[in-house]
Amino acid sequence: MELLISVIKIVVVMGVMLGIVAYVVLLERRLSAAIQNRIGPNRVGWQGLLQPIADVVKLVFKEDIVPLKSNRFIHDLAPIISLAVALTTFAVVPFGDKINLFGYDIKLQIADVNIGILFILALTSLGVYGLTLSGWSSNSKYALLGGVRSSAQMISYELSMGLAVLGVVMIAGSLQLDTIVEAQAGWKWNIILQPIGFITFVTAAFAETNRLPFDLPEAEPELVAGYHTEYSGMKFAAYYLSEYANMFVSSAIITTLYLGGWQVPFVHSFGFSDFWIGIIQVFGFLTKVILFVSFFIIIRWTIPRFRYDQLMNLGWKFMLPVSILNLLITGLVILLLS
Amino acid sequence: MNLVDIIFYFFALITLVSAAITVYSRNIIYSAFSLLFTFFGVAGIYVLLNADFIAVAQILIYVGGILMLLVFGVMLTHKVINVEIKTGILNVVPGSIITAIIGGTLCGVFVVTDWFIVEGVPPIKSTTTEIGTMFMTKYLLPFEIASVVLLVALIGAAYIARRDKSKNQSA
Amino acid sequence: MNFTLTDIPLNYYLGLSATLFSIGIVGVLTRRNAIIVFICIEMMLNSVNLTLVAFSAFLGNPTGQILVFFVMAVAAAEAAVGLAIIIAMFRNKMTVNIDEINIMKW
Repeated sequence: MELLISVIKIVVVMGVMLGIVAYVVLLERRLSAAIQNRIGPNRVGWQGLLQPIADVVKLVFKEDIVPLKSNRFIHDLAPIISLAVALTTFAVVPFGDKINLFGYDIKLQIADVNIGILFILALTSLGVYGLTLSGWSSNSKYALLGGVRSSAQMISYELSMGLAVLGVVMIAGSLQLDTIVEAQAGWKWNIILQPIGFITFVTAAFAETNRLPFDLPEAEPELVAGYHTEYSGMKFAAYYLSEYANMFVSSAIITTLYLGGWQVPFVHSFGFSDFWIGIIQVFGFLTKVILFVSFFIIIRWTIPRFRYDQLMNLGWKFMLPVSILNLLITGLVILLLS
Repeated sequence: MNLVDIIFYFFALITLVSAAITVYSRNIIYSAFSLLFTFFGVAGIYVLLNADFIAVAQILIYVGGILMLLVFGVMLTHKVINVEIKTGILNVVPGSIITAIIGGTLCGVFVVTDWFIVEGVPPIKSTTTEIGTMFMTKYLLPFEIASVVLLVALIGAAYIARRDKSKNQSA
Repeated sequence: MNFTLTDIPLNYYLGLSATLFSIGIVGVLTRRNAIIVFICIEMMLNSVNLTLVAFSAFLGNPTGQILVFFVMAVAAAEAAVGLAIIIAMFRNKMTVNIDEINIMKW
C-alpha cells in the first residue's frame, strides 16, 4: 500500500510539475512581452493559454538533426541527464504538511530524506554533466565554449550556495527539509533571520540555473546558443524544459529554505478543518513558488549580462567571503543566544 | 532472493561493468563517462550499508568535483575538433600477472580471514550527527590538517597549471 | 522498508571491493594515457572506501566513515595536483602518453 501511495504521489507530482513548467514558459513570454511593451503570444486559445501545447506538438514533430562528426551516444544522453536531474531534485522538496485522504495519512513530499539539502546539492553538481557533455559531444566550438563556461560557473557558485545553506542548517539544526520548514513556523522565516544568506543563495541560484544576468553559457551574441547550439526537435525541447524546470525547482528550494515552505501564517486562526488547512498550505507553497519564478523572469528582462571575468570575480572574491562571514555571524549569534 | 539482494546485485553489476568499460574503452571520454556510473554504483552500495552521508558526499566530491576535473583534463589535453582520442595499451602480460597476484591475494585474505562481526548490530539510523560530532571532538586535528592539505593542493595546482607569461611570449 | 545488514554477508561487499581494486590495477598497469591511469587510481581509492564503509557498517561504528572522508579529501587534492601536472606536461610535450614521457632516462 505504501508503495502504491508513493507511485501515485510521484505520478501526480510529475504531472502537475510538468504542467506548471510548461505554463512557466508561457508566463515568461507574456511577462517579457509586457516588460518590452509588446503583446506576446495570444492567438492559441484564450489569451494564448494553449500555446504550450502547440509548442510541444511543434517541437515533437521537428526533425532531430545530429551533427555529422558528433558523438551520437553522448549527444543523445546529455539532454536526458539535464532533464532528469532537474525533475529529480523536486523529490525531496516538501510541498505540504501531512494530509488525511481516504483514511490514509499522506505526507506531501515524495521522499523524506534525512539529508535532503545535501541530496539537492549533489544533484545540482550532477546537472553540470548535462551541459558539459552536450558541449563536448556536439563537436562545435560554440557548444564547447558554452559547456566549459557553464561547468566552471556552476562549480564556482556551488561553493557559495552550500555555504549559504549552512546558515539555515545551523538555525534548524537538521539537514532534513521537513524540519527546516517546521522551524520556520509563524513568521520566523529564514529570509528575516538570514538576509545575507538569502541574497547569496538567490544569486547563486541564478548562476546555477544559467539565467540572466549569469547566462554566459548561452550568451547569444558570442556563442549563438551556447551548449545547445547543435540541438533540435525533442532534444532541444528537453533542454528548454529543463531550464524552466530548474527555475521552478530552485524557486521551490528557495521557498522551502527561506520563505517558510508550505507554512501559511495565521491559517489556523480562521477555523478551517485540518483537510482544508492542508490544501491551503499546498496552494500557499505554489503561490510563493510562482511569485519567485516571476521574480526570476523579471530579473532576466531587467538586468544586462555580466562579463565572464566579472562573473568569476563576483563568485570567488565577493560571494564566497560574504557567505563565510554570514556563517560566522550566524554561529556567533546562535552561541550567544543559547 | 529478496529486495535487498536484488538492489545489491544491481549496484554491484553497475559498478563492475562500468569499471570494466572505464579501463578497457579505447575512447577516453567514454572512460571518464562510465566512471560516473562506477561512482554511482558505489554510492548506491553505501546507501545499502546505511551510510547515507557518505553516499551523498561520494556524489558531491567524486562525481561533482573530481570527475568534473578529469573531464576538464580530457577536454583540455585532447584536440576537440579532429577527434584523436584513442589510446593504446601496453605491458599487457606483466600487468595481468601482477593484477592476478594482487587480486588473488586480496580475495584470499577476504575469504580466509575470520572477520570479527558483531551480531545484532542495531542499524545506524543516521550517521550525519555522529560523524559531525566525531569530526569536532576526537578527530579535530586530522580534520583541520585535511583542510590545510586541500588548501596547499589548491595553490599548488593553480601554480603548476598556470601558463608562465614570460615564457609564453618568447615561445 | 526495514532490513537488517546481515541479509548480505560481509564477504560479498569485500569481494566487490577486491574486484574493483583489481580492475583499477589493470588500468594503472596497462593503459598508456595518463588520464586513464589517473581515473583508475581514483577507482582504487573508491574500492578502499567501500571496504571501510562495509566494515564500519558491520561493526556498527562510524569511525571507519571518518577515514573515508580523509581518503576523499586526499583524493580531491590528488586530482587537482595530478591534473595540473598532466596539463603542464601536455603543454611541454604535447602528449599525455606515459611511455612517451621519458626525459628522466637516457
